[in-house]
Amino acid sequence: MHVHTIAGLLSGMAAGQFSSAEITSDYLQRIASQDQQLNSFITVTEELALTQARAADERRARGEGLKLDGIPLAHKDIFCTQGTKTSCGSRMLDNFIPPYDATVIKALNAAGSVCLGKTNMDEFAMGSSNENSYFGPVRNPWDTDCVPGGSSGGSAAAVAAGLAVAATGTDTGGSIRQPAAFCGLTGLKPTYGRVSRLGMVAFASSLDQGGPLTRTAEDAALLLEVIAGVDPADSTSADRPVPRYSEALAQSLAGLRIGLPQEFFGSGLDAGIGSVINAALKEFEALGAQLVEINLPHANLAIPAYYVIAPAEASTNLSRFDGVRYGYRCEDPTDLEDLYTRSREEGFGDEVKRRILVGTYALSAGYYDAYYRKAQQVRRLIQSDYLNAFKEVDVIMGPTTPNPAWAIGSKESDPVSVYLEDIYTLGVNLAGLPAISVPAGLSDRKPVGLQIIGQHFDESRLLSTAHQFQLATDWHTLTPPGFGGKS
Amino acid sequence: MNWEMVIGLEIHVQLATRSKIFSGSEVAFGGSPNTRASAVDLAMPGMLPVLNEEVVRMGVLFGLGIDAEIGRTSVFDRKNYFYPDLPKGYQISQFEHPIVGNGEVTVVLADGTEKQIGITRAHLEEDAGKSLHEDFHGMSGIDLNRAGTPLLEIVSEPDIRSSEEAIAYLKYIHSLVTYLGISDGNMAEGSMRCDVNLSLRPHGTKEFGTRTEIKNVNSFRFVEKAIAVEYERQLDILEDGGSITQETRLYDADRNETRSMRSKEVANDYRYFPEPDLLPIVIDETFIQRIKDTMPELPRAKRDRFQSEYKLSNYDAAVLAANRTLADYFEGVAATCGDAKLAANWVSVELAALLNRHDVAIEYTPVSAEDLGALIARIKDDTISGKIAKDVFEAMWNGEGTADTIIDARGLRQMSDQGELETMVATVLADNPNQVAQYRAADETKQKKMLGFFVGQVMKASRGQANPGLVNKLLNQKLAG
Amino acid sequence: MTVTTQDIENVATLARLRIAPTEIAEVTDRISSVLQLVDQMQAVDTGDTEPMANPLGEVQRLRADQVTESDQREAFQAIAPAAQDGLYLVPRVID
Repeated sequence: MHVHTIAGLLSGMAAGQFSSAEITSDYLQRIASQDQQLNSFITVTEELALTQARAADERRARGEGLKLDGIPLAHKDIFCTQGTKTSCGSRMLDNFIPPYDATVIKALNAAGSVCLGKTNMDEFAMGSSNENSYFGPVRNPWDTDCVPGGSSGGSAAAVAAGLAVAATGTDTGGSIRQPAAFCGLTGLKPTYGRVSRLGMVAFASSLDQGGPLTRTAEDAALLLEVIAGVDPADSTSADRPVPRYSEALAQSLAGLRIGLPQEFFGSGLDAGIGSVINAALKEFEALGAQLVEINLPHANLAIPAYYVIAPAEASTNLSRFDGVRYGYRCEDPTDLEDLYTRSREEGFGDEVKRRILVGTYALSAGYYDAYYRKAQQVRRLIQSDYLNAFKEVDVIMGPTTPNPAWAIGSKESDPVSVYLEDIYTLGVNLAGLPAISVPAGLSDRKPVGLQIIGQHFDESRLLSTAHQFQLATDWHTLTPPGFGGKS
Repeated sequence: MNWEMVIGLEIHVQLATRSKIFSGSEVAFGGSPNTRASAVDLAMPGMLPVLNEEVVRMGVLFGLGIDAEIGRTSVFDRKNYFYPDLPKGYQISQFEHPIVGNGEVTVVLADGTEKQIGITRAHLEEDAGKSLHEDFHGMSGIDLNRAGTPLLEIVSEPDIRSSEEAIAYLKYIHSLVTYLGISDGNMAEGSMRCDVNLSLRPHGTKEFGTRTEIKNVNSFRFVEKAIAVEYERQLDILEDGGSITQETRLYDADRNETRSMRSKEVANDYRYFPEPDLLPIVIDETFIQRIKDTMPELPRAKRDRFQSEYKLSNYDAAVLAANRTLADYFEGVAATCGDAKLAANWVSVELAALLNRHDVAIEYTPVSAEDLGALIARIKDDTISGKIAKDVFEAMWNGEGTADTIIDARGLRQMSDQGELETMVATVLADNPNQVAQYRAADETKQKKMLGFFVGQVMKASRGQANPGLVNKLLNQKLAG
Repeated sequence: MTVTTQDIENVATLARLRIAPTEIAEVTDRISSVLQLVDQMQAVDTGDTEPMANPLGEVQRLRADQVTESDQREAFQAIAPAAQDGLYLVPRVID
């Protein structure tokens, strides 16, 4: 019964086929028996989950069921959860128990969802493979020798393996979409500002955005309509009405103009992935959509611009981790400088330190214009490319990643090579656009993700487009061998 | 060589808001440590700043008060450095696009000359917390109650040439911000702090010398002293052929010296960049107009009006107009007693003396403007003399009642009955025949001096209640006899 | 742009990160390769393109000046590495 969807569980509970306590226990048991293979959870909140599940069952019995009542979710360990450790994948926060909830968590709790636990991630969300976690790498349920993607790798692996029905994630440069692609899931990165960042440990403030990792677009819609909306405590959250995404899924694909950026189908693309994507595009054509070749002339600059802007913002966002008020503090500091440098040296992992150094360098006197300012200019050019393209097309499609999931450790000696794997996802964050990755097939027995990029705040269109595709195909129902079995 | 001092001031004004600039924590002085430090103020993970509207309003109000350009699109930046009283590891400040651009103020010096001082900019930022160095087993304690308190940093041009000008400018800004109601101006509690940038150059040259920055000088007197000792220090070095090191210095009031703050010199690369957690502040005409509509009369305008409307001297008008509460008080007294000059005199002399003696700010005076006005009215209608009035005023200060109740209770009504006074004068003259003879023999100049003796005797006889004007008149008549 | 180990040491000082002398060469190498990657953008003429700090052209919302926070010191200091008498403790700060 683990290959459920949120929609399916809600109707099952409504029909009295099972209770939240039952499905929650089932998920907890699966986590207990299977997660050793994956390492997808940092913290399992068994007691909390069962308490929440029973409360949900009671509400439902009283006829007071909430929107997501009794739905067992896993949360990326970047979202602060009151009373539950929030490590952000780092030794720095291994002892950090927040006295508050992130707005996303508050909203999901208020909708009645159940928290199964906190999922593993690249430290401070810096990575595309989940190999940069203080709590060890996460394995891909499709091939446990491979990475699940990152940084929301724990969330993706857990949902793919049926250890949670859906999970939260965050996406700064592809951290929801890429692991969704690697694990055969639907992963939505909303428009920048659509979902509150309050209580989400910041990586790069102008790029970070929370969103759902689910089996289906329908589930993504159900979660998004709960977590989206303006938050007075987040100045960058957008004050716009939240559409009923789950009620707009029926929109037909007939006449949909799909832009295909030539830059996303070039030489860097793995042939297996290329053919899966082409087949998916044919499917869209068959469903009445129209394919239009477009250009995003500055697409190749997304990597350099991103790897200046994200580390620059991160370098100062992470200054607060100084061993003074919370988090890791080195033993017996000899003086103030020793407290700072040793706490940070011991508390942060290598990739985090590298990015702090790069970001500090890019902002430092004499280099600001050549790096930071230049990158912000390039960022505008990249956004303009997208906005120009959207004058002619409704959505843009392409592969989510240039390559399938790679073997754990295979890129360890060359961290920069990992950066290149984000080529198709970074521009979306720089431009602040929404995008969704949907399962489009398998290549060499590994899932392939199709990325659909939409206009600002046009999540409805993305979700309905993905949903229509999922009505016509069954790639999203595939489960990894060894963790699967459809119910 | 003849050296010219060049000074620029950076004044940090604490804005009088209820809550902090980026969080809903209360702004207040002191208090149990860290009880007014919220998750935002403590830079807890995932916490974000939200800008206080009042801070923006106050910034714009100040800009209008110095006729400056208002930054229509103003941007917050991060100023990055590590310090335990700075929880985020950066201060949210404004760098490239401050809320207030170029402006200018005119200050009046003691000799009546006016001096223009340019203001480069004024920007909004958050205050840091405090490090307490009392011994916690060799540790320092960090109190973040003050962290996030809104500040307006006002940066002057290097237009100041003497410590007198510096103080006049500082007092002007103090008076302006309190007038505008954007700060309580309480220097003792750090509501106004001043950094002094000072350099010397040979007279007549245009190029600036190397400057030092003296941090956190927190009273008018200390600013004056710090400038004096730093001037001497730099002068000594330059006269000896040495050169000045550009550095941050601290004024030590106990030793009356400045000394280098080496700890602040370590790798100062603040890596300013636009704060991505906040968006640009766009200030439109409507917002500005709304603020203009609430603009109070400013010190200069008030001083001019006091001169023309009340015929006060330039000096009196300036003294009274410098402080908004004092000015309002004066106008209240003048309105009640109907004599602006007498009111000005009483407020700036008698009231000022008592305030000063008891170390009470005008805001807390125990005698209301109306009560003082009523007292002055009793001088004007000859109920009491000016001298008696001072005693009555002291009694009022001590809470013994209004002028009338005290006058009645003590039976102080002035004796103005001509017949009664004539009898009294006649008695005094009869009792002092020798003095009368001497007086009559003396020339006019000596007579004037001798008259005081007789006045004194009459006053004594009347227990101070005789109307002095009348006594003088009668004595002159009778002595001329 | 080429970076030297000295550059990296300076940046590490600014960022309060200590790099062991045995690692400085490798860290410098890795940072260099990142900078080489990002230097690709130097080839583009960005002219007077206005830098984009935030992807949405929105403006700052303002909060009413109200006190909304209450004292939570106990909860906050329960997770502090070192606190005493309501203060966070750090090795002695020298001004």
